Amino acid sequence: MSKKLFALLALLTVASMMLAACAPAAPAATEAPAEEEPAEEEPAAAFECTDALGCVDVAPGDPIHIAWIQTVTGATGPLGLTNVRGAEVALNEVGFELLGHPIQWDGEDSLCSIEGGQAAGTRIASDPTVVAIVGTTCSGEARGAMPLISEAGMVMISPSNTNPDLTNPEHPDHWAGYLRTAHNDLFQGRIAAEFAFNELGLTSAATIHDGSPYAEGLQAVFADVFAELGGTVTAQEAVNVGDTDMGPILTSIATGAPAVIYYPIFEPEGGYIADQMCDVAGLENTVGMGADGLLTSTFPGAAGDCAVGMYLSGPFVTPEDQADFLASYNELFGEGPAAGFGPHSYDAINMIMGAIEAVATVDADGTVHVPRQALRDHLYATSGYAGLTGTLSCDANGDCATGEALAVYQVTQENVDGSVDLLTNPAFWTP
Amino acid sequence: MLKRLRERISLTDVFMWAVGAFLLYIIIRGSIATLVLGKYSARQWFDIAVSGLAQGSIYALIALGYTLVYGVLRMINFAHSEVFMGGAFTGYFAADYLNQIGQLQSQPVLSLLIVFTVSILTSVGISVLLERIAYRPLRRAPRLVPLITAIGASFVLQYVFRGFFGSQFKSYPEVDALQGNFTLMGDFTIGKIEVLVIISAAVLMLVLYTYVQRTKTGKAMRAVSEDKDVAALMGINVDAIIVRTFMLGAAMAGAAGVLYALMFRNVQFFMGFFPGIKAFTAAVLGGIGNIPGAMLGGIFLGLFESIGPSLFLDGLGIPAPYQMKDAIAFTMLVLVLIFRPTGILGERLATKKA
Repeated sequence: MSKKLFALLALLTVASMMLAACAPAAPAATEAPAEEEPAEEEPAAAFECTDALGCVDVAPGDPIHIAWIQTVTGATGPLGLTNVRGAEVALNEVGFELLGHPIQWDGEDSLCSIEGGQAAGTRIASDPTVVAIVGTTCSGEARGAMPLISEAGMVMISPSNTNPDLTNPEHPDHWAGYLRTAHNDLFQGRIAAEFAFNELGLTSAATIHDGSPYAEGLQAVFADVFAELGGTVTAQEAVNVGDTDMGPILTSIATGAPAVIYYPIFEPEGGYIADQMCDVAGLENTVGMGADGLLTSTFPGAAGDCAVGMYLSGPFVTPEDQADFLASYNELFGEGPAAGFGPHSYDAINMIMGAIEAVATVDADGTVHVPRQALRDHLYATSGYAGLTGTLSCDANGDCATGEALAVYQVTQENVDGSVDLLTNPAFWTP
Repeated sequence: MLKRLRERISLTDVFMWAVGAFLLYIIIRGSIATLVLGKYSARQWFDIAVSGLAQGSIYALIALGYTLVYGVLRMINFAHSEVFMGGAFTGYFAADYLNQIGQLQSQPVLSLLIVFTVSILTSVGISVLLERIAYRPLRRAPRLVPLITAIGASFVLQYVFRGFFGSQFKSYPEVDALQGNFTLMGDFTIGKIEVLVIISAAVLMLVLYTYVQRTKTGKAMRAVSEDKDVAALMGINVDAIIVRTFMLGAAMAGAAGVLYALMFRNVQFFMGFFPGIKAFTAAVLGGIGNIPGAMLGGIFLGLFESIGPSLFLDGLGIPAPYQMKDAIAFTMLVLVLIFRPTGILGERLATKKA
């Protein structure tokens, strides 16, 4: 009995891994017919809703509902949790209050998968009191959630989706009502390649991704641009989330003797690569380079002395702004951000609150009416917004972070020793 | 004659053998192609093998916990990965404190002993609690019940640690005495940490094996694993022996936690998940319930994972072979289970309890 069970279990595991490794993220089913869903309309005497998508009416004393869809459990949990908390820093600054109403801030765990995103999206979209959403954590979740959210007339800003498809109007994963403060991979990959080739004068590169759409997309853009500039790409490797021993893969990469290894992945795998690179023969002089997934307070300490001198691309922020954010975050949650997208989330919720204030009609008795289409339009029209992650200007497709808002940082010995927080380093280079 | 043969061999068997033969063919073909290609030098093969061996030793230590508990209770203690995490986590606090008062660098041997002790004690504590609270009340329940409880307990432990210590990665301090390499001959080198990991894992496993084979408690453990009820009739306190078994497995996991943290220098509440799955796989690979089997399974798995992608897939021209590392590890498991359904050393168990 038990042996057959084990054989079956093992086979299933292999099958599921193959599927997980190869599935090119099938486009989410989007069969639901596009029916107009009129938001509950109260016949208000003074106010008449003329918005194409309807209005959210908030009676005096009722809360304005802003939801989140984030991955808060599992291996990617810390990333989503940091997003939730980053927004809470901003909400705390206004005392969870907007237009004289309290803010209701709750959400759903979306488990970093398309299905999880779909389930969370269904829950949130069925709640007509939700005005706007901060989400999602993983790009895959947005694929599952956006069709439902878009149809419900809501608007969602993601602090950490970077997959180019989501804001590509030609792509089926592009939906109205979706914006993001995270950097599109197309920008960040290009900046990194230009920095390595033009600034550092390195002519050969290898890349490592972790199978996530985020890392895979970034390294592909990097490799394309690097080759376009005239460099050679010696290897495009991949690790799995959960790998610890990077010796073999680095040894394999060393056979191509690249001058730079670009690994836009997350903790802890990124830390293992940075740490173990020094011990691999043939990589002694190879430059390491990562992206904003590794731009966290804890990364340098985890990577150790070997990480000193490596480069990380990320949002261009001034050290002073960042220090304030980190101080509030630490005070509220008793620890620093566990991942790099907290400031993006902070900006996202601030944009949402600003837009609600701008488009809402407030009656004499304090009732607030938020027209949904106008809210979307206002957010898409954001321009020159001075956020924590640089100057944000949204385009018609939903990308709010432009290439100019990026910078490259260098890890110093002080970061590794823990005396200076990596997040407060001044930018090493800006495009 | 032919008819008898046909009765003995089912269609499923034939299919499985065909799958096995096909996989073997790919592996052999890939290996030959890689070796002909000559991309890696002997030194590089050596480096790859050593890091696989170190990783495998850690898998083996954790796998012992799965196998010991399975041996006496016939249940898979899925919360064992959290026992490992708990040990590594508290070891971190000890190491961090010792580092801050300067002890870790000035007296590395003593400090590491302290760290090991703290972490082993924590793991043992968690494991004893787990047995008492989550498993003992369900001793007579159907087999699937404790399995589900184990998964639940695993979540509880993870999120308790997250609640107390946050979700950030915490980095173990570097021990200066363990930095650098030993030079073997010519340009063959081996990292000091890897030497420490491999040797201490080997010593621990030897101690455990001797304990189970040579001491009275060990004998009682084996008796309980043969038959609980008869063992009780012979005057063995079954509950006490089961607790002892949990403690033994947890001690190995606690030690593995420190070795893991010394090598990879990262602890976090979720760190137990993947090593736990791998170690469980190693235990099945070696023949679950069998102690030397778990050790062998762990080391094999570590080696397959590190050598497999380069050796099998590079020669076939498959891009990014290391992404297939886990697939290779599990393909190996399938291969072993096809030809030896009880795992590498699982024979004795099969005749008695399957």
